[in-house]
Amino acid sequence: MQDSLTHKVALIGNPNSGKSSLFNILTGLNQKIGNFPGVTVDKKSGQCILVSQVNAEIIDLPGTYSLYPKSEDERVVFDILMNEKDKHHPDTIVVVADASNLSRNLLLFTQLQDLGLPMVLALTMIDVTEKRGLQIDIELLKKLLGVPVIPINARTGAGVDKLKAAMMSPLSRKSGEGFYRSVMFGCSVVENIKFKFGIINDYKALLIAHRYNVISHFTEAEKLAVKQICEKDDFQSLSFQAKETVARYEFINKLLAQVITRTKVDSVKDRLSSKIDAVLTHKIWGYAIFFATLFILFQAVFAWASLPMEWIDMGVSALNGFFKDVLPAGPATSLFTDGLIAGLGGVLIFIPQIAILFAFISVLEESGYMARVMFIMDKLMRKFGLNGKSVVPLVSSVACAVPAIMSARSIDNVKERLITIFVTPLISCSARIPVFTVLIALVVPQDYVWGIFNLQGLALMGLYAIGFIGAIVTAKIMQIFLKTEEKSYFIMEMPDYKTPRWKNVGLTIIEKVRTFVFEAGKVIIAISIILWALASYGPGNGIEQAKIKAETQAKINGFDQAQTDNLIASYKLEESYAGKFGKFIEPSIKPLGFDWKIGIALITSFAAREVFIGTMSTIYSIGSDNDDENTIIERMKAEVNPETGKPMYSFALAFSLIIFYVFAMQCMSTIAVVYRETKSWFWPTAQFVYMTGLAYLSSFLVFQLLGLK
Amino acid sequence: MSVLPKNTLATLKIGQKALVTGFTDEALSLKLLEMGCLPGAEIEMHAIAPLGDPLCISVYGYKLSMRISEANTVLIKII
Repeated sequence: MQDSLTHKVALIGNPNSGKSSLFNILTGLNQKIGNFPGVTVDKKSGQCILVSQVNAEIIDLPGTYSLYPKSEDERVVFDILMNEKDKHHPDTIVVVADASNLSRNLLLFTQLQDLGLPMVLALTMIDVTEKRGLQIDIELLKKLLGVPVIPINARTGAGVDKLKAAMMSPLSRKSGEGFYRSVMFGCSVVENIKFKFGIINDYKALLIAHRYNVISHFTEAEKLAVKQICEKDDFQSLSFQAKETVARYEFINKLLAQVITRTKVDSVKDRLSSKIDAVLTHKIWGYAIFFATLFILFQAVFAWASLPMEWIDMGVSALNGFFKDVLPAGPATSLFTDGLIAGLGGVLIFIPQIAILFAFISVLEESGYMARVMFIMDKLMRKFGLNGKSVVPLVSSVACAVPAIMSARSIDNVKERLITIFVTPLISCSARIPVFTVLIALVVPQDYVWGIFNLQGLALMGLYAIGFIGAIVTAKIMQIFLKTEEKSYFIMEMPDYKTPRWKNVGLTIIEKVRTFVFEAGKVIIAISIILWALASYGPGNGIEQAKIKAETQAKINGFDQAQTDNLIASYKLEESYAGKFGKFIEPSIKPLGFDWKIGIALITSFAAREVFIGTMSTIYSIGSDNDDENTIIERMKAEVNPETGKPMYSFALAFSLIIFYVFAMQCMSTIAVVYRETKSWFWPTAQFVYMTGLAYLSSFLVFQLLGLK
Repeated sequence: MSVLPKNTLATLKIGQKALVTGFTDEALSLKLLEMGCLPGAEIEMHAIAPLGDPLCISVYGYKLSMRISEANTVLIKII
């Protein structure tokens, strides 16, 4: 058992080869999603019982077209295979190949085989291949390739048991039978590297010569040594790679000519796919369908999610109330209920929106439609320094910028990826919705324009438009100032249209929700606790004195118990650290029309925007277990500006505040994820300064201009 | 000897077929080669995006999209 437990099987294959579906079938819900050390590429691994008593750890490596990495995803695969000491280095590899695209899929296979790793070839989409009129002689393929070849169906799971059994007896090719020899023209680089590093495998030595600068376990001295060897022998990396690829395809095509027989010529499916593409990439219909899809997506995210969100809200409130009743009153209980449970509620409330959003996105991706959207949007997006692939992050950020920024990984070009990451948080995310809702309700009447359009709804749409415009204008500015030598690529496979595999959709939803809850959740909960402490404690004995002062005042006014408690809470807050901070920053936010109370909300919102409502409830002394939005709106409406005697929340102030929330970077999770994705503090810092500056300036203008009236 | 006008992939119309004859950008050609866009391969223009760029070809029964600038580095012979 000891050995079998550590047996590692890696799934390797082209993107869209059905690799993830196979992984899902092999591991089910037994998956762990993490990161490969040092990079942001998702690592999926899971346990699988091969035959009774024999366990294997299955690692789903990112999709790759070859062992010459061109993106970070591909580099991970290369790095793991090149380093035998890497803890993910597999004992066995399962090459997953799409049978309907066999020649291209076998390119990677032949490279892997040259590395001498024990392997099994799993053929997916045999049904598609047969429908296209192609018959594959599996037995002959097995004989010619010299490894077990197992046809599987990643939808039904047929053939998976045979594959598991084959994983027990993979076969490897002897070293020295590689394809590259014919193109090397007696270049002695391979021999020299083998000698220098004590490497046995020829192809491994060749890969080192080509890509030594991206091998992470190599020291600078080792890289220099390879560089010198290559220079001495005049190693032509680009031309050797091209020749190698051509030689491999020659071999593969000769082999496939024996293995594949064509039974009929044209197929209905190809023609159907052409017809669908003619519509989906049409000048008018293409965009019309895309915008209709977006419209349905927004409707779903906002309308369908509202009910489950209410349930979660009620559930958390009930839980909070329950613990407040059961546990003895005191700081510990207060921390647990108002700090921890309330913070947890702030995270859980977004689950329905994130689940619905990713259900949509994953269906769009699985069906092959997303690639068409990228295709029709690429030229437009490029005008703004973005990429057709930026569509996914920009759309996702309507729910949450954190998963959206992570999805920008698919953009190979560094500049376009950076711009996408930079502007994504400007798109209004769901955390802004509660803030917008409350502030709009304060100043925009519930009227209808032309009897159908709700005025408040239009205002909300307007805010999304402002955020979107902010994002593309920012992208345009960055495109002008950000210089890069690197060429932008859009060489991308357009997958065939397919019915989505619901199991994959389900697992994507679970994975995204889980990532959000743990990544964002950690921060939100931590901030909630800090906020609770800052609002509960203050310098000196100010807090006690505030209590006494409030009690005296309540007695004079003849307040009942609830009113007295509210007054105490309000006075306490003013004397707390949070209150002091608010007063401290008041002069700087005065030009925007904000007072120290809003100042507190701004400070706490820098952790996460949604904290605004909770903070406002506390500031306007409504018990925190009663965060009914209407009550907050009533309270805020009743607030009077001590200087003018008019209502505090004038049209100008409310809009100044709204605009601030549209643009400001107020999300610790986003900052954390941008740091992780760009591996530098420069980008999150620049983003924070830029967005906050933009917010400040815009709010200032809005307040001053609207205030003139 | 007259110089033939350079026929590149970017000049193909939808439904037109051609053979790949070579590349003008070595670094870019590596990516295209890996994707199966080989000298001698038969390609067909499958779709052109509404704004004229990028375009999508079929090669070996699957579809590959690329920008005009990338397609311009692929030399072809129309068949």
